[in-house]
Amino acid sequence: MYFDSLQAALSMEGHGSFVWVAYLITLLIISAILLLPALRRRRLLRRIATELARQESGYATGKGAR
Amino acid sequence: MFSRIGAAQKGLYNHAVMWSFFHKLGSPPWLYDIAGSILRWLLPVTIMALLVGAVWGLLFTSPDFRQGNSYRIIYIHVPSAVVALAGYYVMAIAGAVSLIWRMKMADVAMKAAAPIGAALTFIALFTGALWGKPTWGTWWEWDARITSMLILLFLYLGVVALYEAFDNKEAAGRACAILSLVGMVNIPIIYKSVDWWYSLHQPASIKFSGESAIDSSMLYPLLLMIGAFYALFTCCLLMNMRAELVQRESRTAWVRKLVKQDGAH
Repeated sequence: MYFDSLQAALSMEGHGSFVWVAYLITLLIISAILLLPALRRRRLLRRIATELARQESGYATGKGAR
Repeated sequence: MFSRIGAAQKGLYNHAVMWSFFHKLGSPPWLYDIAGSILRWLLPVTIMALLVGAVWGLLFTSPDFRQGNSYRIIYIHVPSAVVALAGYYVMAIAGAVSLIWRMKMADVAMKAAAPIGAALTFIALFTGALWGKPTWGTWWEWDARITSMLILLFLYLGVVALYEAFDNKEAAGRACAILSLVGMVNIPIIYKSVDWWYSLHQPASIKFSGESAIDSSMLYPLLLMIGAFYALFTCCLLMNMRAELVQRESRTAWVRKLVKQDGAH
């Protein structure tokens, strides 16, 4: 490791705030672009599942059948 | 004589293989499955590479002799900018394919690429501002490279917004494809901006021919991060496409089967 202490790694001789904020924001954005499509697909699959379940129960009781 | 027949048959066979590949590419369930099996290994590899590259660049390299530690931003700034540009090719080519051959899956790919490209362009601009402050003494400069990257961000956001603006999704796809193709003029401008205009932004340090203006101890983590960002783009593209496919095909038999399988475990 280049830095001698955690303190030195955090301050980076005065550039620490710029560097760490850049990495932190990048981490947040990357997390978002990885999580959002996965969540969207989950949500869609769940919605279709409830829709199918409703249709099937509707057919079974005779309600909702066209 | 025989060899010629053999070659002709082989040519015919290659032709058939190629066409069946295109045929499969146009098939939503095949694309959904293949994207899923790619993601199963590519996603963990990507996350590992990003973590290793970031820790390497942040803690295990020496500071730049002129810029000091602020240069460590290079390990996210350059990869995000490089892949933001590459992603534009993906979006524009997919747009062209959907426009010319009316290939639905190309439209799915184009729509999937736009938000990822916007996110990466934003990362490049944001980290560039944070790097510029301690190095140039300013967060922002209306200089050719930075301004053309800002236009790239607006092009990506424009495609996202234009798609949402249309109720008719076929018309939305066509409009977005045309916008991304027209926006292609911006790409060579971004590449050449540091050579054509006087700019605060430094020219490229990595060259394909000749010696790179960067020490190998800094080059290797940078190349790892560039590779990781390409992989990240691919992962996000495939994930966005999978979600989009489920939405568009929600009434088809294969999605219903998928939902039943999904609910079973």
